[in-house]
Amino acid sequence: MTRAFAKAALAALWLISTPALAVQPDEVLPDPSFEARAREISADLRCVVCRNESIDESNAIVARDLRIFVRERIMMGDSNEQVIAEVVDRYGEYVLMRPPMSGSNLALWLAGPALLLLGFGVAFAFIRTRVRSTNPTEAELTPEEQATLARILGDK
Amino acid sequence: MIVEFGHFALVLAFAVAVFQMIVPMIGAHKNWSAWMAVAGPAASWQFALVAISFAALTYAFVTSDFSLNLVVANSHTDKPLLYKISGVWGNHEGSLLLWVLILALFGASAAWFGGNLPPRLRARVLAVQSSVGIAFYAFILFTSNPFLRLELPPFNGQDLNPLLQDPGLAFHPPFLYLGYVGLSMAFSFAVAALIEGRVDAAWARWVRPWTLAAWVFLTIGIGLGSWWAYYELGWGGFWFWDPVENASFMPWLIAAALLHSAIVVEKREALKSWTILLAILAFGFSLIGTFIVRSGIITSVHAFANDPERGMFILMILAVFMGGAFTLYAFRAGAMEAKGVFSTVSRESGLVLNNLLLAVSSFVVFIGTIWPLVAEMFWGRTVSVGPPFFNAAFTPFAFAIAVALPIGAVLPWKRALLGRAMRLMSGVALLTIALLGLFYALGTGRSLAGLISLALGVWLVAGATVDLWQRTGQGREIAAKFIRLTRLPRADWGKAFAHAGLGITFIGVGALVTYQIEDIRVAQIGEEFDVAAYHLTVRDVREVRGPNYISTMAFVEVAKDGHIVDVLTPEKRIYPVARMPTTEAGIDSGFTRDVYVVLGDPQLDGGWAVRTWIKPFANWIWGGAIIMALGGALSLTDRRYRVAAGAARDRAAVGVPAE
Repeated sequence: MTRAFAKAALAALWLISTPALAVQPDEVLPDPSFEARAREISADLRCVVCRNESIDESNAIVARDLRIFVRERIMMGDSNEQVIAEVVDRYGEYVLMRPPMSGSNLALWLAGPALLLLGFGVAFAFIRTRVRSTNPTEAELTPEEQATLARILGDK
Repeated sequence: MIVEFGHFALVLAFAVAVFQMIVPMIGAHKNWSAWMAVAGPAASWQFALVAISFAALTYAFVTSDFSLNLVVANSHTDKPLLYKISGVWGNHEGSLLLWVLILALFGASAAWFGGNLPPRLRARVLAVQSSVGIAFYAFILFTSNPFLRLELPPFNGQDLNPLLQDPGLAFHPPFLYLGYVGLSMAFSFAVAALIEGRVDAAWARWVRPWTLAAWVFLTIGIGLGSWWAYYELGWGGFWFWDPVENASFMPWLIAAALLHSAIVVEKREALKSWTILLAILAFGFSLIGTFIVRSGIITSVHAFANDPERGMFILMILAVFMGGAFTLYAFRAGAMEAKGVFSTVSRESGLVLNNLLLAVSSFVVFIGTIWPLVAEMFWGRTVSVGPPFFNAAFTPFAFAIAVALPIGAVLPWKRALLGRAMRLMSGVALLTIALLGLFYALGTGRSLAGLISLALGVWLVAGATVDLWQRTGQGREIAAKFIRLTRLPRADWGKAFAHAGLGITFIGVGALVTYQIEDIRVAQIGEEFDVAAYHLTVRDVREVRGPNYISTMAFVEVAKDGHIVDVLTPEKRIYPVARMPTTEAGIDSGFTRDVYVVLGDPQLDGGWAVRTWIKPFANWIWGGAIIMALGGALSLTDRRYRVAAGAARDRAAVGVPAE
């Protein structure tokens, strides 16, 4: 009866996804460095039944099972990468909150830097057109004059 | 009866909007002044009618009129009055009514305060603004009518989602919408200018205040949302990179770019076509945001009301307005020739860099947000794009902006010497590097990116201060400089506040992610424990009844150095009508740290799960947002926007060096 209630409450909890008290006290590993690694891994793994939460934030039972699994693997001596690979084997790449830099996902990772380079090119070309329209016969100013001028223009 | 009146007013507003779109547009084309002049009164009428409609719906909520479907689904007689009112926009239909109310308000404001606009431009702006209104009136009336009656009214309502019953969230949507919809003004001005084929300094001076106002509201709206997530969602996160958050963040970034590029148009008559493009894009991202939230096409933690059919409608609105604007842009942008010349190192170039970084970073957020959709559609891959991606892909842009900002901000217009700007900032740079080295050497932090953010925050705040100080001129007495400081134009103060505010947010975020301390444990009643320098005691856990919820409330005493700092009351609430539990954190807010306590589930041995965090400088995150918004508001009250726009520039306020 109370179990059923607890289950219902948990189900209600993940439905509205209040990420309160995701990691339960009984899950925490005694060694803080292991626990820190577990948290780091958990933040990168998606809770498969939730809307948009990592297992570290989620209250779902599946997320708890996965958190415990991650900690078990760490205790057995797996590296972070091994643990993640193991979880991906089970649930597919959908669980990765950070899409791997491979295949079509490369486009996702490279889109920003590529656009930035393109933008730099266009911006530079544009600035060149502005510079070239400067009157070339304009005499060079002395440093003092330039400083004064820069100050006056800067004061505008 | 009042409800039907509201419904009727909305239909009338729709009709007025159609009139306001067609007649002034023809008038502007044919140069018939009477036809152009109707735009102003039409805009006022439109606003009055939507306001009546909105008031009618609010009346239905306040009086708990359960013959209305919307009230039944989102209200309850036991709900406090504040949430009865905020319930009006706490749902899809009502929030759209708020959307058109604000749209009509902006249109009417342009009519009221746009007296000094050339009549032709004014008529066109109001007509374009009205066309946006038409799309949304049709959307409401045909797919999301808030005024639908029920044949058999129930005895009571189903209550509002309890997560939304919160003061922070009550005001979050109105501010966000003021921002989103405010960008429609920039869009209307851009499209009107394209039709006109003319963009000049005066145009930029008219469009900038609207963008600035929209950006200020968006800043407050996003800040409120983030603050709400921090204290309400129960673990003290302040930004989740959720699609709905991204939906508000993208227009914010583009609006920030726009209000900087508009300065270049205003002062130097360059970057015209780029500014027009940004104005279109900014509103485009607002529409995309609405689409993401309303369609539910991308799974999100807070898509409260979604429906694919409505999503289609918004997608069509998006296609029509963006398609139309971009086509117009393709034909007309060539006519916007840049006039101002400047050298490679200049304020202009600095602002180009600012725009480039802001626009690309906004694109990164965009592509990350829609990537799951793209990957599924084209490659059949189901992928997730979560916070780790955004943290990795967005942070470098944020850092680049922060590094360049103080230097770019002190570069003079036209032609600058990089060396001089660097020298000006050398002290600040040394301070920043020294601090970074010190923090790094102390080695207590958990995140290098966090440390960099912290240092860059200091760099921004100190840089903004130096920027303001150097505006007082060189080689004067300190006292004279202080007097001059008080006479600087408000735009200068606004700039300093906005840039320093950004730095304060950087400091808050950096300190929080680097130095946060967490403690998870089972505590018995009466148990005492230490978290960092704080000594906590769980005094009691009791049942408490609220107006429409039952709460399990813990009383946790927080002490430091033997003195009691605060008694926190973290709660677990159950809202019986909505059948939902929520968590209320107990937070002792402070200037340098928050003590954040959350009550968890009861344990078998009679104890309670308790989570405690010490969150350093948490309030600086939202404090920075408030200061940024304040900076925008200061700049908005600058003299040049108060005197007749387009009039000769007033130089008196700058203080001519004549002593």
